Amino acid sequence: MQYFLELSCSGLVRGSIYALIALGYTMVYGIIQLINFAHGEIYMIGAFIALIVAGVLTIYGFSGVSILILAGLIATIYAAAYGYTLEKIAYRPLRNAPRLSPLISAIGMSLFLQNYVLLAQTPDFLSFPSLIPDFGFMEPVAHIMGSAELVILVTSAVAMVALTVLIKYTRIGKAMRATQQDMTMARLVGVNVDNVISVTFVLGSVLAAIGGVLVGSYIGQINFYIGFMAGVKAFTAAVLGGIGNIPGAVLGAMVLGLAESFAAGYISSAYEDVFAFGVLVLILILRPSGLLGKAVKQKV
Amino acid sequence: MSDYMKRSFLVALWFVFLTFPLMVVKVNTLKNTVEWRWMNMLWVAIGAFVLSLLWRWALERRQLKNKEAESGEDESTRLGFGQRLLVEPKLYKPVLAVLFVATIAFPLLFDIYQTNIMVLALVFVVLGLGLNVTVGLAGLLDLGYVAFFAVGAYTYGILNSFWGIGFWTSLPIGGLMGALFGIALGFPILRLRGDYLAIVTLGFGSIAKIVIENWEEVTNGAKGIAGIPRPGFFGADMSITSATTYTYYLMILMVIFTIFITNRLKDSRIGRAWMALREDEIACVAMGVDMAKTKLGAYAFGAFWAGLVGVIFAARNTYINPNSFTFMESALVLSIVVMGGMGSIVGVIIAALVLILMPEYLRAFSEYRMLMFGAIMVLMMIFRPEGLIANVRRKYRGHKVMTEDVNA
Repeated sequence: MQYFLELSCSGLVRGSIYALIALGYTMVYGIIQLINFAHGEIYMIGAFIALIVAGVLTIYGFSGVSILILAGLIATIYAAAYGYTLEKIAYRPLRNAPRLSPLISAIGMSLFLQNYVLLAQTPDFLSFPSLIPDFGFMEPVAHIMGSAELVILVTSAVAMVALTVLIKYTRIGKAMRATQQDMTMARLVGVNVDNVISVTFVLGSVLAAIGGVLVGSYIGQINFYIGFMAGVKAFTAAVLGGIGNIPGAVLGAMVLGLAESFAAGYISSAYEDVFAFGVLVLILILRPSGLLGKAVKQKV
Repeated sequence: MSDYMKRSFLVALWFVFLTFPLMVVKVNTLKNTVEWRWMNMLWVAIGAFVLSLLWRWALERRQLKNKEAESGEDESTRLGFGQRLLVEPKLYKPVLAVLFVATIAFPLLFDIYQTNIMVLALVFVVLGLGLNVTVGLAGLLDLGYVAFFAVGAYTYGILNSFWGIGFWTSLPIGGLMGALFGIALGFPILRLRGDYLAIVTLGFGSIAKIVIENWEEVTNGAKGIAGIPRPGFFGADMSITSATTYTYYLMILMVIFTIFITNRLKDSRIGRAWMALREDEIACVAMGVDMAKTKLGAYAFGAFWAGLVGVIFAARNTYINPNSFTFMESALVLSIVVMGGMGSIVGVIIAALVLILMPEYLRAFSEYRMLMFGAIMVLMMIFRPEGLIANVRRKYRGHKVMTEDVNA
């Protein structure tokens, strides 16, 4: 039973990280029907910048929670800047190009960013300082759920609620929903579509960076390649939930995280990644619109 | 002009800000030391400034070109030099002759090391041509192409290490296995649209590698299979030098074979069905093209070449392990196709030779190889989506003389 609880807990943690990244995929896809392949790289860059900031601050004698907050803040700012620039360079000039073009451009950007970090920093794994303190009140359940896990769950929950509020109740959220429904129409009623797309990229990047910081401090080491796998899995989660659908992305991520955790715990961890892809393929064959997505009829 | 400068200056500042933590600061979290590399900022600033000027210039040129195309100026009369090379016999005949002599003489002029590298480059030429069928002609983005390459290589490796089956028997088997896997992969994803397809094929590519790594009884896991024999020639005993030369000529024949088949196929019924599918799936199906058959054909055919050349790759290296079949290789082959021009055979060959040989000979580049490939993919898509040498499409041209006759 305890093993089961442990696995569920780690599954939920995994799921919430996937969810943070998947939200970026799903939002971007919802608006411009593009798989932003470089999204996983934004997550990786977020983690790297948090590590760098934390490293510098540690040396200059800061400590504990102040490092976590500062590192997280700077990482999200930078990730947002990267997301914004990424869209401007690699996707905006291709707005009206055939579908394959932005996709290839995205893959190119992903390769570029990976190797940029590899060359600017290091090809090796870097150890990430554990920034999340151990809470006293978590002591009795520490064997099932650690403090870091609690922080991850709470932070991602807060981030997702904030996103929902933003999309539902603010002006820019309204503009985003309008653009998602019909870009031409949104433009006609005076929505600045280019700005909306930029905001979408920025929001997605911020969420991904939060995920990156949390994962870095939870797992304890990062390298330039972490974004690739995380990106693919988060994308799987987004498809699982129905791409373009925001609650769907969260649900899909949780399902995928739990499924993966149980599969790794009860079956074999060597084939963990195969499992995620298997889920993706099955979903696409059986229910391409995902768990919560609506089937879209293609009109000629 | 000063406006340009000002904007580029701002762009440079933005990139200085953007790259500051990653380019300047390097922390060692174990020893708690920081290294500040301020000089990098200067390079970033200068680079960003120049590139942003170039970027804006290129974008404006692209817009101008688009306007020209819209205003109805006939572009087919102004073929680029690369394209003229393809269609005018006066130009391509001497080039072909020189090329023929050069390929024959290559192993005689250069040593075994160079020949070996050339064999590798030719392997990637065939891979590029194979992927060109799937991506370039049929428009199905395949990010796991290297999986079929691995299937071919491991087919030979396993057949040889378990049953002692030779190269020549394994060669067709490897190709067929590749095609078989292509069909197996194609089936579940027939209904998917382009972007889903990309990620599923990416998944298959990774699965292939993980399976190879973990299925120790058959594939020998991460240790790989060693001692794979080089291609044989009627049981003749060959030194390494002559074996390499032999492999080289074999590869040349292979490339010619591939070019011949893919070229013929391009103009065949199925080839045109592929291109129609690429341009507009719905219209294509409405015209009576069997989508399932055509797509599976594209997959199987692309995978066939990868399998075939995988066998030769295994024989060339005499050793294979899962690390030769990572996503990087898929990305490399894809950038070959993208850079060469989707659907263009000559372009793909040139791109393969450039992208494989350049990092080999300019060692300084090899570090920046993947960085450059990424940049190439983005830049090509934005500024030259048709590739270095665009595919010359067959066109139906109405004759002006005829219309005049009608009017008269």
